[in-house]
Amino acid sequence: MRLADKGLIDRNAPISFSFDGVEYNGFKGDTLASALLANEVRLVARSFKYHRPRGILTAGSEEPNALVTIGSGGRADPNARATVQEIYTGLEARSQNAWPSLGFDAMAVNDLAAPFLGAGFYYKTLMWPRAFWERVYEPIIRRAAGLGTLSGQANTDKYERAFAHCDLLVIGAGPAGLMAALTAARSGVDVILADEDSIMGGRLNAETYTVDGQTGADWAANTVAELAGMDNVRLMTRTVVTGAYDQGTYGALERVNHHADRRDGKAVLETFWRIAAKQTVLAAGALERPIAFQNNDRPGIMMANAVRAYVNRWGVAPGKTVTVFANNDDAHRSAMDLQNAGVHVAAVIDSRNSAKALGDYRLITGAQVCATSGRKQLESVTYRTASGEDSISTDCLAMSGGWNPSVHMTCHMNGRPTWREDIASFVPTPGSIPNMTVAGACNGDFSTAACLAAGVAAARDALAALGTKPAEVPIPNAEDSDYKMEPLWAVAGKGRAWLDFQNDVSVKDIKQAASENFRSVEHMKRYTTQGMATDQGKNSNVNALALLADATGRGIPETGTTTFRPPYSPVAIAAMGAGAQGKGFMPERFITSHAATIERGAPMMEAGLWYRPSYFPAKGETHWRQSCDREVNLVREAVGVCDVSTLGKIDIQGPDAAALLDFVYTNMFSTLKTGRVRYGLMLREDGHVMDDGTTARLSDTHFVMTTTTAAAGQVMRHLEFVTQCLRPDWDLRFTSVTEQWAQFAVAGPKSRELLNGLLSTPIDNETWPFMACGDVTVAGVQGRLFRISFSGEHAYEVAVPARYGDALFRALLKQAEAMGGGAYGMEALNVLRIEKGFITHGEIHGRVTAFDIGMDRMISAKKDCIGKVMSQREGLLDEDREQLMGFKPVGAVKQLTGGAHFYPEGEDPTPDNDQGYMTSVGFSPTFGHFLGLGFVRGGAARQGDRLRMIDAVRGIETVVEVCHPVFFDPKGDRARG
Amino acid sequence: MRLPCPICGERDIREFYYQGAAVALDRPDPEASADAWQDYVYLRDNRPGPLREMWHHDSGCSAWLVVTRNTLTHEVLGAELAIDVKGARA
Repeated sequence: MRLADKGLIDRNAPISFSFDGVEYNGFKGDTLASALLANEVRLVARSFKYHRPRGILTAGSEEPNALVTIGSGGRADPNARATVQEIYTGLEARSQNAWPSLGFDAMAVNDLAAPFLGAGFYYKTLMWPRAFWERVYEPIIRRAAGLGTLSGQANTDKYERAFAHCDLLVIGAGPAGLMAALTAARSGVDVILADEDSIMGGRLNAETYTVDGQTGADWAANTVAELAGMDNVRLMTRTVVTGAYDQGTYGALERVNHHADRRDGKAVLETFWRIAAKQTVLAAGALERPIAFQNNDRPGIMMANAVRAYVNRWGVAPGKTVTVFANNDDAHRSAMDLQNAGVHVAAVIDSRNSAKALGDYRLITGAQVCATSGRKQLESVTYRTASGEDSISTDCLAMSGGWNPSVHMTCHMNGRPTWREDIASFVPTPGSIPNMTVAGACNGDFSTAACLAAGVAAARDALAALGTKPAEVPIPNAEDSDYKMEPLWAVAGKGRAWLDFQNDVSVKDIKQAASENFRSVEHMKRYTTQGMATDQGKNSNVNALALLADATGRGIPETGTTTFRPPYSPVAIAAMGAGAQGKGFMPERFITSHAATIERGAPMMEAGLWYRPSYFPAKGETHWRQSCDREVNLVREAVGVCDVSTLGKIDIQGPDAAALLDFVYTNMFSTLKTGRVRYGLMLREDGHVMDDGTTARLSDTHFVMTTTTAAAGQVMRHLEFVTQCLRPDWDLRFTSVTEQWAQFAVAGPKSRELLNGLLSTPIDNETWPFMACGDVTVAGVQGRLFRISFSGEHAYEVAVPARYGDALFRALLKQAEAMGGGAYGMEALNVLRIEKGFITHGEIHGRVTAFDIGMDRMISAKKDCIGKVMSQREGLLDEDREQLMGFKPVGAVKQLTGGAHFYPEGEDPTPDNDQGYMTSVGFSPTFGHFLGLGFVRGGAARQGDRLRMIDAVRGIETVVEVCHPVFFDPKGDRARG
Repeated sequence: MRLPCPICGERDIREFYYQGAAVALDRPDPEASADAWQDYVYLRDNRPGPLREMWHHDSGCSAWLVVTRNTLTHEVLGAELAIDVKGARA
């Protein structure tokens, strides 16, 4: 029911929305919860486990009950808290966890079966037969229990992440946070003030207190207006700080557009912030705690602070006849605020014998509510005094067990809160988070005056740490009443008294955990699921601890707390991972011939972030193998062109460039003549192979190193390490030029003929012998030519500045095609190199040594190099190690597969009999059958042996013969010709 | 977390590559004992508290840093260029 003349809503801005398909009206400034209460909708949800009817409990982000799904389709937002969700025109909200309807929920039968479904029931009852767990029990439990469901569709909403830096981060904009921000801002430091609510002010917007003679809400608005006008202040509303991390880093979720009428797909829905703050003031406030009594979860039973928040901020009466049940003076304010708004207060039931009425209402002292009635809507409460029990008809009960400071954030870096007997709750332990000061209600200071003063004091501490002189800020006048409270955790009696509303944990469950010896608070938590829901037990943890302490005969400080972890409030994975979906997760790197390659219909394959062509389909080819076979043949018989720009290229210059190469390669490079290229092998310091590639000497002091595509970054980092950390005395510089040069392999018997059509000065075998290199002019462009071969053919690699790559590729292809050749892709490149026994990272996969790949003689005896000492260890030179060999099929099955393992013929395929494994395979059109490279125990000594090849994953088995790894042209005449 | 790169200033952790204890700077002589090499390549003390460790600013200036970090609190106590640390010893 809406109250006249109350609240911060804009009555000139009506808004229509729907809940479970029914249209309702609210006003701008309403949350979904306040608007539903204004429309007298009390039943809004079904509980997680027992499907009990539930209503709105709170007026804040701690809400455990009123979870709804907003919107539909891919944009559906499940588990939105109705108390946080602002309404907008056209908002569609639906209830969750109920079927067929919220009013009649078939699964409510669970509630009748409750005696069998207590804490740990499935550990005890669903044990047999074992196979049923995954197939039967778990699916049933998952269907029966639950929150909202995901749509299963792609979400088109936009999320983003952002970074911010400040001198002082103030978390929470209640009286303490506002004063802290104001003090720091007037002192001139950079301030970020973050608050989860849509308007700043905290409880000042929900109470009738005055500050300096203004209403609390007005004072807050005026203070925020001053802050908004200052250049050194950033105000972040709808922003919940979710976690405290190392070095003053905080995570924060900004709900940018959840309240917007229209979301056109371009506006960002949520932003996940990482805020780096030199100092922080935590002014997170406090949360009111419920009292556990029988059936304390009926719709209409609410927190006392929420009841007066709905009255004062939203002008909504949560009931027609309200009863208050409390153990403290503060909750009496709810009764007075209701009366002042014209709402009937049936009684205030106070558990304290000493309680005094603060106004003109019926007060029942020394009394406890022990039962309630009304299934979908509270109808009456029964209370017990020393003289017996009595009932009161009421449709709303405002309960309060006192206040718990919001210590959560101070525990994110292993801090443990300190028990304070006088407020019967935990407060933050100073120093729990470096450079954080805690102020106000979250530090146990509950009066407005104390909060205002604490905010100033905290800011002064932070300013002192920043070395800034604090501005003098007068502390406003405000109420300074004592917090009078006597602990009451649970009312004794039969039936279920609820603690954790979101996970349906009752007092009985806690006692059962204790009696079954789950006495440690962490064991109790996991056994009962207390505090493990999305609200992390914000309403219930302290009560549960107190009850566990009681049940185990310990004090609350000895019982301890569970661990609060980030995030303080639920964060969508989409927000945390913003920007890292799809292409953002893996950006694409394109070669200069990408467009020309796509034009030819080549399917691309990923090589790290690079995209390279698999093969170039010709007319009439329907299978990749046809294209691959043709491309292999055209290289062997005519000429092929392949973009090899993705290989890492590192330009190394300086007097000590050769010394560096001698040190990082196993073999000698200082003896390499200018104008020549040499193959080099690089080890890690542990003696295993890191990478291989060719390095060209362009002058006495100038080299260009190539790395494999995969290891380009690693090698670069390695060279930086060697030159900065091991030999900073060397005089040289190097830089990556991978992206600066486009490089193409031109391979085949007609390769020189092709190039001579494009080079300004034709070459021959005398001027450009095998492994020669140098500057050339190709198609009028200054470039470089290397006579190297990864195919075993007479071949070159020609490089030009990247901006000419596309043109050169097209020119090379045109020439090649005119000569019976053409482009070839990765599949053909792979077959060509397997035929030649050339290795890739398939072979040098990190666990092999130079010895294993038959290159131990490449480790020069004349010099030291990285990895040399460790490579000489006895176990790494054992003849029985798995060593690189070739394999060909000799069994009935002609297919070879990578990853298959070898076993002796006639022996079982057991780990003990394992002889090695296949690393690379390809169908060789040159030989007419599959060829493979792999590792086999004993290596060369096994040549001619027959082995079982078994691919257990693909279910393929055949017999292979161990061969020399170089199948084609073993003497290498073709490359030199 | 942020590291104070002596060249670039305080930078976000995502710009850096981590590579263990700064023992890596003290490569043994090729003639050193097998134990010395074993120590260098494999063995680390792993004591809680301040640790000198190698970080590479690979998305920044490419400098290798020796960062002193308390492994218990994650407090970063300082950062030097590896090239300076190594140079000072030469």
